[in-house]
Amino acid sequence: MTTTVFIPRDASALSLGAEAVAGAVFAQAAASKVDLKLVRNGSRGLFWLEPLIEVATPAGRVAYGPVTPRDVPALFAAGFLTGSAHTLRLGLTEDIPYLKRQERLTFARVGLTDPLSLSDYVAQGGYRGLRRALELAPEAIVKEVTDSGLRGRGGAAFPTGIKWKTVLDQKSAQKYVTCNADEGDSGTFADRMLMEGDPLLLIEGMTIAGVAVGATHGYIYLRVEYPHALRTLNAAIAAAYDAHYLGRDILGSGKQFELEVRLGAGAYICGEETSMLESLEGKRGEIRVRPPLPAIKGLFGLPTIVNNVISLASVPAILERGAAFYQNYGAGRSRGTLPIQLAGNIRHGGLIEKAFGVTLREILYDFGGGSASGRPIRAVQVGGPLGAYMPESQFDTAIDYEAFSAVGALLGHGGIVAFDDTVDMAHMARYAMEFCAHESCGKCTPCRIGSTRGVEVIDRIVSGVNRAENIELLEELCDTLLQGSLCGLGGMTPFPVQSALKFFPQDFRKARGEERR
Amino acid sequence: MGSDPAVRETIEKALARHGGRPGPLIEILHAVQDALGFVPKEAVPMIAQGLNLSIAEVHGVVTFYHHFREQPQGRHVVQLCRAEACQSMQGEALAAHAKRRLAIDFNETTADGRYSLEPIYCFGNCACAPAAMIDGELHGRVSAERFDELIAALGPKKQQPR
Repeated sequence: MTTTVFIPRDASALSLGAEAVAGAVFAQAAASKVDLKLVRNGSRGLFWLEPLIEVATPAGRVAYGPVTPRDVPALFAAGFLTGSAHTLRLGLTEDIPYLKRQERLTFARVGLTDPLSLSDYVAQGGYRGLRRALELAPEAIVKEVTDSGLRGRGGAAFPTGIKWKTVLDQKSAQKYVTCNADEGDSGTFADRMLMEGDPLLLIEGMTIAGVAVGATHGYIYLRVEYPHALRTLNAAIAAAYDAHYLGRDILGSGKQFELEVRLGAGAYICGEETSMLESLEGKRGEIRVRPPLPAIKGLFGLPTIVNNVISLASVPAILERGAAFYQNYGAGRSRGTLPIQLAGNIRHGGLIEKAFGVTLREILYDFGGGSASGRPIRAVQVGGPLGAYMPESQFDTAIDYEAFSAVGALLGHGGIVAFDDTVDMAHMARYAMEFCAHESCGKCTPCRIGSTRGVEVIDRIVSGVNRAENIELLEELCDTLLQGSLCGLGGMTPFPVQSALKFFPQDFRKARGEERR
Repeated sequence: MGSDPAVRETIEKALARHGGRPGPLIEILHAVQDALGFVPKEAVPMIAQGLNLSIAEVHGVVTFYHHFREQPQGRHVVQLCRAEACQSMQGEALAAHAKRRLAIDFNETTADGRYSLEPIYCFGNCACAPAAMIDGELHGRVSAERFDELIAALGPKKQQPR
């Protein structure tokens, strides 16, 4: 009898030694003449348990983790291939509370299947959304997406259906669907996990977008820091072409959709949509002044959808199960689910897909189990390097776009980075300015020059030079960046700085030397 | 122009493969850097001519993106993430350790050409911080000890010829 063992190929699992574990399992199986089928799946997103390996048993999949190559002989001796007891045994995977308490719609298949197996994908419900879309009129597809309440998961939270409608309404012989996979925010990895763990879902979502707005060509703009995702996407695209899910005549519908991956080159700014379009055109990633919107004049001057990976990957379920199904999850105007990424100084970091409405505190403590260091969590940064630092007093904020704006914070792409009480918030504020200076495209002055001045002013504050005047100057500088920048990089760099100043003023006043003039 | 035939051949191949596609410059620069390890100065006018762009336009793109290099790297490329999630897990201490261990700063190569050290802003390995990539292989939860093991695993330092 063949036993199926799952060992992730996800980059994070590999970074913790999954490849060596797979090698050890394979070798041990060969030595003990066991008939074993090894599936390299995506990650379940329980990263403190990685490498997490699973065995298929009649009762369901049984998980063991975190496994090192040294554990493998003992696992075989204990009979882990039948799901037997071992100190690393975690029980049935689906019963692990961290997973059981989630609502996985977009990540439903990630970690379950072989990401490159089209037959696995179809067997697990894949391509039902596209099949339904091919039976609908373009307007009806767009209406379904609009009615679902889906908003851009890249961070701007603009209603996806409205963007699609704008592109659909343009009269143009050529339109484009572009996927922004330049996931540069620290603390975020949902796009990466999805592209590595269920790439066909993104491909299906983009194909539906193409059919909906009449675009025949799509590009995935992928960051160069994600080499594993590049290999997986290219292989999945080739498989989709072979089976006629991509190409001139999708599933005999007469509709065409061509798709390719374009690699970025290490520029955070290219996560901004107009800068990404410039980069896709092979130019410097300098932002464009809007209007015109990309939906009207986008890639090569033509109507273009620009959506984040998770937005596009949410679409197949919406088409398959209907707008109402998706819309039914969530809170207030934030509908559906958000794949939350819990990272940094946290005991149980990972991917948590939940309906909007769960609180930050529940994520940090019920899921995350507090800090990794065991010290109190002092601050969290939500929404990447441009997101505000939130103090403990804001931890009861619900994960909801409006609830976050109401407290002056930002949900962004859903990344949460936790810091314990050893963090120096003046240092983090300085880093925000330094990062802006490093990544500024240089097009507008507040961002290009202001960020460098910001680093200098913070240096003067912490070294005690004219502290009160320099704090005032920093606040004024933040205001200039906020009001005067062309895009979110300069326009939002003040958020982490201002929030650090507001909630952690003592860190800026630590006497590193007396007040000097 | 005294151009290296290997450079010329690489560029011609990249131009032939990507030149006809829309917006090909970055694709071509990737192909050149993947083949040669960096984008040599002499490549810029050749690519400009091949794509009917100005030298300034090509130079502007090469220098805009952090990933493109105009100098060769060391034999082993050590990349450390400097972003917030890694900082929350002592990433800065790891960076200081790496600089001491390799005796170079960020964006430098050791005199013997053995190591280059580069800052990276996020590998998406934020739940396993701090993260490092060494010769293209990603590592998570890298302590100072683990870093030394990974460097040692690259093999013994060659004796300098006398």
